[in-house]
Amino acid sequence: MTLTDWNPILGRLTLQSLDPLKAVFDPTVNNFIASGAADAVVVGALLGVVLMTKYRLWKPLWNNWLTTVDHKRIGVMYIVLALVMLVRGVVEAVLMRAQQADGLHGGFLSADHFAQLFSTHGTIMIFFMAMPFLTGLINIVVPLQIGARDVSFPMLNSVSLGLTVAGAALVMISLVLGDFSTGGWTGYPPYTEAAFQPGVGPDYWIWSLGIAGLGSTLTGLNFIVTIYKERAPGMKFMHMPMFTWTALCTAILLVFAMPPLTVCAVMLALDRYAGFHFFTNALGGNMMNFANMLWLFGHPEVYILILPAFGVFSEIVSTFSGKRIYGYASLVLATMCIAVLSFTVWLHHFFTMGQDADVNAAFGIATMLIGIPTGVKIFDWLATIYRGRLQFTVPMVYMLSFMMLFVIGGLTGIILANPTVDFQVHNTLFLVAHFHNMLIPGLLFGMLAGYNYWFPKVFGFRLNEKWGHVSAYSWTIGFVLAFFPLYAVGLMGMTRRTVSYTNPAFQPWFQIALAGGFFVLFALFSMGMQLYVSIRDRDLLEAGADDPWNARTLEWATPSPVPAYNFAIVPTVDSRDAYAMAKASGAAYMSPARFNNIHLPGKTSLGVVTAVGGTALGFGLVWHMWWLAILSLVLVVAAFLARTFTEDEGVTIPSGIARRDFDAWMKRIRPEGWSDDTAPEMPGLETAQPMEHAE
Amino acid sequence: MRGRAGPVRAISNFKRRTLGLAALVAALPAVACAGDGTSFLEPAGPIAALQKFHLIQITLISLIVVLPVLVLVPLLAWRYRASNTSARYMPDWDFSHALEYVMWLVPVAVVAVLSVYLWIDTHKLDPYKQIASAQKPLQVEVVGLDWKWLFIYPEFHIATVGQMAFPKDRPVALKLTSDTVMQSFMVSALGGQIYDMPGMVTKLNLQADRVGSFHGVNTQFTGDGFQDQTFTAMSMTNKDFDAWVAKVQKDGIALNEASYRVLGHRSTPDQVHATLGTPQMPQQVVYFNDVPSGFFNKVVMKYTSGKAIPATRQPGAVAYGQAPVGE
Ligand code: HEM
Ligand SMILES: [Cu+2]
Repeated sequence: MTLTDWNPILGRLTLQSLDPLKAVFDPTVNNFIASGAADAVVVGALLGVVLMTKYRLWKPLWNNWLTTVDHKRIGVMYIVLALVMLVRGVVEAVLMRAQQADGLHGGFLSADHFAQLFSTHGTIMIFFMAMPFLTGLINIVVPLQIGARDVSFPMLNSVSLGLTVAGAALVMISLVLGDFSTGGWTGYPPYTEAAFQPGVGPDYWIWSLGIAGLGSTLTGLNFIVTIYKERAPGMKFMHMPMFTWTALCTAILLVFAMPPLTVCAVMLALDRYAGFHFFTNALGGNMMNFANMLWLFGHPEVYILILPAFGVFSEIVSTFSGKRIYGYASLVLATMCIAVLSFTVWLHHFFTMGQDADVNAAFGIATMLIGIPTGVKIFDWLATIYRGRLQFTVPMVYMLSFMMLFVIGGLTGIILANPTVDFQVHNTLFLVAHFHNMLIPGLLFGMLAGYNYWFPKVFGFRLNEKWGHVSAYSWTIGFVLAFFPLYAVGLMGMTRRTVSYTNPAFQPWFQIALAGGFFVLFALFSMGMQLYVSIRDRDLLEAGADDPWNARTLEWATPSPVPAYNFAIVPTVDSRDAYAMAKASGAAYMSPARFNNIHLPGKTSLGVVTAVGGTALGFGLVWHMWWLAILSLVLVVAAFLARTFTEDEGVTIPSGIARRDFDAWMKRIRPEGWSDDTAPEMPGLETAQPMEHAE
Repeated sequence: MRGRAGPVRAISNFKRRTLGLAALVAALPAVACAGDGTSFLEPAGPIAALQKFHLIQITLISLIVVLPVLVLVPLLAWRYRASNTSARYMPDWDFSHALEYVMWLVPVAVVAVLSVYLWIDTHKLDPYKQIASAQKPLQVEVVGLDWKWLFIYPEFHIATVGQMAFPKDRPVALKLTSDTVMQSFMVSALGGQIYDMPGMVTKLNLQADRVGSFHGVNTQFTGDGFQDQTFTAMSMTNKDFDAWVAKVQKDGIALNEASYRVLGHRSTPDQVHATLGTPQMPQQVVYFNDVPSGFFNKVVMKYTSGKAIPATRQPGAVAYGQAPVGE
């Protein structure tokens, strides 16, 4: 960029940066798709604003959601963000699948557009779909599972969400203004240095995940402290539910793994903005340092993603088998092993960088070691099913698909851990198939299982089972069709991130993969239908929503939807599966002798300030609008400083309200003619929908 | 005990699945119908052949852990379905010492075996290790550019774009660097890939044991023309190779600053051929002669001179070749 293109107000933003106009300047199929996507974002945002105004929702949105510090509502907002980004990520994925199905000697997308697609798809799916989804579930579930009223730092929680939203907003803005990076989700320099990509693309990448990454670090801290400090009286570590254990490990990994990412993103930014030379070709720069730091984050990251999913699966397999989880101590140990080992293997992402065989072999073996605790987990779940009474609910369908498919991904992972074979399949579609095989059946199915499982707890009605099943089966079929062919073309030598090819033998495989893409789209549609139908029929689906699955852990020992204060009386715990034990002994719903006033933290607008300020800061930096960057930074810092001078009075919920809520709940869950809390019809699911019970 | 049916069904299921998987492994070569020497599934040299063997070996050993899961998930899920009230139900059973040993020790044993193989094979196939042979290896120096490879044969003072020829059964010792961003060099039918990076030299040893043409690629995304950064690795008889060298020497153009500057631009082999090629050179190919000694080293060393390289003089950069402002 020369100084002449720069305008003190608009920075380097010009008319040409407006993507909705691309098709006007140069009408090609490629540009119509690009402009169409940009228009969709703009129209979608406008439509949102109009509808909000029409139904006068701004005020409730502000009061009940944006300024809330309630961990459940923050969790819901994370998951809404994740689902929106999932839609964008999947649409981009199917577009790439269509391009490659048509990609023998060409196709309909330009190389640059394809490169932006895989870069945004990867970045979005990891940082703005997977991370918010698991953070949302952890937010909703963990405080309830440990019998707490909130997280340790509720305001910080809101700020973390604000940072995540700011990052996501930058990626969305990049659809409308300017281009995204073409450097993939890993953003390797020197390709992402200013000499090779002088435009705004890599800057969008740097700031979106730099800002969101900060949010994740803070979330990690918050949950470590919460789990250490806020557990209900009597709950020892070895009483904690498995999901809480995995959340703890994930939180620890976040704190240790996110900083290297933030640091290497900032170093790349210094190269690009300030003429530093950390990763440049000359002046002693070395991109190998970037690869090292990126994967020092990147490998633990994949366990950050997968561990909470493992936690979800541990919960549901025990619930739906109507059985205690098999090998709890083993599972805890295995989770911890995975967390520790995940920091010892990052080099397997660049076996091909030229280090000697000793180093490669050591890291290859370390990588295979992770397969041991992972295998143990799978066997533990199988042993839980063994001699249980398994109900094929939607979460369970996801889990069974997961177990079958995940071991295949594990097998290809072991293959990739062997440097001799990795030298061949690194950077090919075999690798792409492998990590999707871990991320879709593993992470995503886990998240979707959790979404179906905990939805009634949050909203007070269950999700429709029929559409849920349709979508779980479509995801499974779609995944198999979309990714097993990639193993084949990968072995045949098809490189990743490749827009077109000249070998006709590849094409049939890509066409099958496209069919898989359509199944995935249909799965997404079914999820939408499921939500729509469930909201429509919510009166029917309300029955038994307090504990629809006859579950075992404390989050179900609350009314659905859970009141702001979670527990009228903080429970005392002396075993695992605390709620199941209480139900068995008839102690689950005992009316407390007395109710106390409950003190809760007050609302805060700092989360919104962070989101808006963070977006403006990122935007200013991307477009070199220095005034905007400085202004927004100053305002955000000022807001935080101002907050330190005010005192949060909080809100007090009078004991009378807690008692009233409790009585209403008891009236709801105790069936007519009730005599005994251990009676099989106690939480009363039968009234709603026939489903075998585990008695 | 009604559990009897379980093992029987398990065995028949197991057989069916093993057969299925065996068929799958057997189908590997079928996948390789890719043709024109693109994949190590149809290996053309000793390295690629071993890599293919490792792939199959690792797969089969890992199946010891994978297969039981594939069998047991549907089996147990079906047998212990809630509606099957005749299956035994033990809601409080949650531990067994014997099972615990099996669960931990079987994966440990499998990984132990795999680790031994991994250690040995990784050393055996270290890409830096010279391939044992009666013949002296052929030295080729590779410079990665956007979006083409330059192959320099220092012995013969020739260089090529788009073609890398060598005699069959003779080891080829490659030294690689990049004069742009990081790339990754691979001829799958002969052996694995290695990164090439600016200011650094990496090594790769390959060998072909039959005559043929094999597909060479860059596997690391480098921008718009990345998919066109391919070349033909040609293994030939000694006689043909000598003739090829003579032809390049005769038909080539000089590799000097001017012609190298053309190579430095972001362009595909096709485009380079259009600018520099002559009718004597095949499509997508350019031959060079008069390659100065130490050419490769000069490319490497320019990044370690301690001087900044402005974008206008950085091959592959967007601004490459444009006059810098104020010059
Ligand atoms: C839903 C179905 C999905 C489909 C059809 C799909 C498809 C694709 C395709 C076509 C690519 C580009 C492959 C290439 O390099 O040539 C890709 C890359 C990628 N995908 Fe997906 N994907 C899906 C879901 C996901 C999910 C759930 C995640 C993560 C949670 C994910 C993460 C990634 C990542 C990290 C990349 C690499 C991007 C890069 O090369 O930098 N994908 N995917
Ligand atoms: Cu890794």
